[in-house]
Amino acid sequence: MNANTSSPRRAFLLMIAPWLAALSILVAVSAGADEPALPQISEGGRFVEQDGAKIYGAICQSCHMPQGQGAQGAGMYPALAKNPRLAAAGYLIYNVVQGRRGMPGFGAYLSDTQVAAVANYVRTNMGNGYTDSVSAADVAKLR
Amino acid sequence: MSNEDAAQAPLTRRDLLAMVGKVAGGSAMYHAMTSLGFAQASPYSGPVRLEGAPKGATILILGAGVAGLVAAYELRNAGYQVKVLEYNNRAGGRAWTLRGGDEYTELGGYSQRCEFDKGLYINPGPWRIPYHHYGILDYAKRLKVPLEPFMQVNYNAYLHSKNAFGGVPQRFRHIHADFQGHASELLSKAVNKNQLDNAMTREDQEVLRDALKTWGALDKDYRYTAGVDSSNRRGYDVLPGGGLMPSPVPSKPLALDQIMKSGFWRHLAEGNDQSHHSAIFQPVGGMDQIAQAIYREVSSLVQFNAKVTKIEQGDRGVTVTYTDAGNTSNVQQAKADWCVCTIPLSILSQIDVNVATPMLDAIQAVPYEASVKIGLQFKRRFWEQDDLIYGGISYTDLPISMVSYPSTGFGNPGKGVMLGGYIWGPNAYEFTSLEPKERVRLAVHYGSKIHPQYLQEFETGVSVGWHRVPFTNGCFGNWSDAARVKHYQNLCQIDGRIVLAGEHASLIPAWQEGAVLSALDAITRLHAKIKSTA
Repeated sequence: MNANTSSPRRAFLLMIAPWLAALSILVAVSAGADEPALPQISEGGRFVEQDGAKIYGAICQSCHMPQGQGAQGAGMYPALAKNPRLAAAGYLIYNVVQGRRGMPGFGAYLSDTQVAAVANYVRTNMGNGYTDSVSAADVAKLR
Repeated sequence: MSNEDAAQAPLTRRDLLAMVGKVAGGSAMYHAMTSLGFAQASPYSGPVRLEGAPKGATILILGAGVAGLVAAYELRNAGYQVKVLEYNNRAGGRAWTLRGGDEYTELGGYSQRCEFDKGLYINPGPWRIPYHHYGILDYAKRLKVPLEPFMQVNYNAYLHSKNAFGGVPQRFRHIHADFQGHASELLSKAVNKNQLDNAMTREDQEVLRDALKTWGALDKDYRYTAGVDSSNRRGYDVLPGGGLMPSPVPSKPLALDQIMKSGFWRHLAEGNDQSHHSAIFQPVGGMDQIAQAIYREVSSLVQFNAKVTKIEQGDRGVTVTYTDAGNTSNVQQAKADWCVCTIPLSILSQIDVNVATPMLDAIQAVPYEASVKIGLQFKRRFWEQDDLIYGGISYTDLPISMVSYPSTGFGNPGKGVMLGGYIWGPNAYEFTSLEPKERVRLAVHYGSKIHPQYLQEFETGVSVGWHRVPFTNGCFGNWSDAARVKHYQNLCQIDGRIVLAGEHASLIPAWQEGAVLSALDAITRLHAKIKSTA
């Protein structure tokens, strides 16, 4: 079969493409009325989220779960909720930047400011009350 | 050869390799061999032959993925008494296929029911087998698992970027032919202007110019122009027909600067990796078929729903403590003389195991990569019917990274399932963090930028974020170069009565071939040790 651009169906589609595009905008708009907005997704190979809660929702949540409750399967993901180990900010920052055992490090994907933001979020939410906040400079020392 | 002779004889490649092997070890020698053009063949040298298992010797295998199944099959055939413990209620591990009716519950408790039509499927894990992965292919052959071609490179598939060509997807054949044509024209100009005189002889430059003419589809003046030569590569606006049909109309190449600016040149070498070369295969009916065929041979040895919690070896044997996967209060033990452990390091690093410190350090040294796959069912195979795309992959810079069309069932008038995204890097974490149906919704949204038909034709989808997979906590062992140097040899040793196997104990991470070769190497060494200590 000689695949090419000249099938009648293809030609027809090309002809109506602008209409289809307009229609898809309409569909998106009308879908927007009854469907929730699409979640934010980064572009460009780094995490665009800057806010601590959003960074948590983009990264940590995939394993440690939305309420920081962790998970159990053949292995486990530790709960971050009410986790006394988070008292030591350096422990948390080091793990986020460098990784720990099966957990990948995120140093290459996140700025110092982003790491500090997510560390501060985790240490003051989900039942954790460690109010000694960390700064980008604290993160830089653990790179 | 005496030392004196050796000092005078010219150094052959074999001498060099022997030296490298002595000084730097086998793995360095393998790399040296590869770069010198040897070692094209797999280290797989045909079915493993293990003979003379001591009467009554027992081996416990942990994990019934590809590595564990291969180990069970070969050790049982060698005469050992084998038992396999597997966490899942099925065999195959990551060699896994989701079909209509399958239920899948990921970590966090999010459940999906795959609603695909009969015969349609998605492979969340491995999905293709290169021709030089001799080990896994040999199991397919020995166990009569039918294979079919996997379409890796499809010249009629698309390259897409939201910022290039106004977001309109471009045919791979256009970008490929035009980049090659323009680059050839430029290089042949360099020959004409004597700019390569320092690099090669005049004679060789003439040959190079002829080669460029052929390679780039240049015209008689060594130019890449609209015409028969270029259109035979990139396609015609009106194809040659029969009888009194309209005359063919050649197509007009894209300008080189458009291609440069688009970034699409990044995708031109995708099919050039040896692991993507034609021929490349998939098992008929789904990637789980090879693992399932091995499982059928050893099914009576495999216990499902067994969650390993402790591995303890002593002078006389190995004791493995496990529970029911769903009921961790039901504690049981299994004992054997020896143990082959294929549990992924992401899980094994959390299990109490008494091996020596270097191996423990190695077990804890490997992070597991994030990856997400999404399968989408559509009411019709519009990619074939409208776009003339039969299998293969379209690449995009959108977060879904690629979409792939089924390499089977061509021309089927019914429904079809596409791979709607194969996601890596930051986007893989973002997608994994979402609930399964949100991943599917996003995949449909992004994919519709390449195929507007998505919005009309989409029916149902499933998604697997590998960090939420309960039996692996990740996609594969992502060794850093530094960790390889420091820990790989230690990971692969036999420690007393325990040896590890799996893709994580191979130099072919994430591929089934790594699991097969790792298992064969581990059991061959283990068998030799057992015989020598019997």
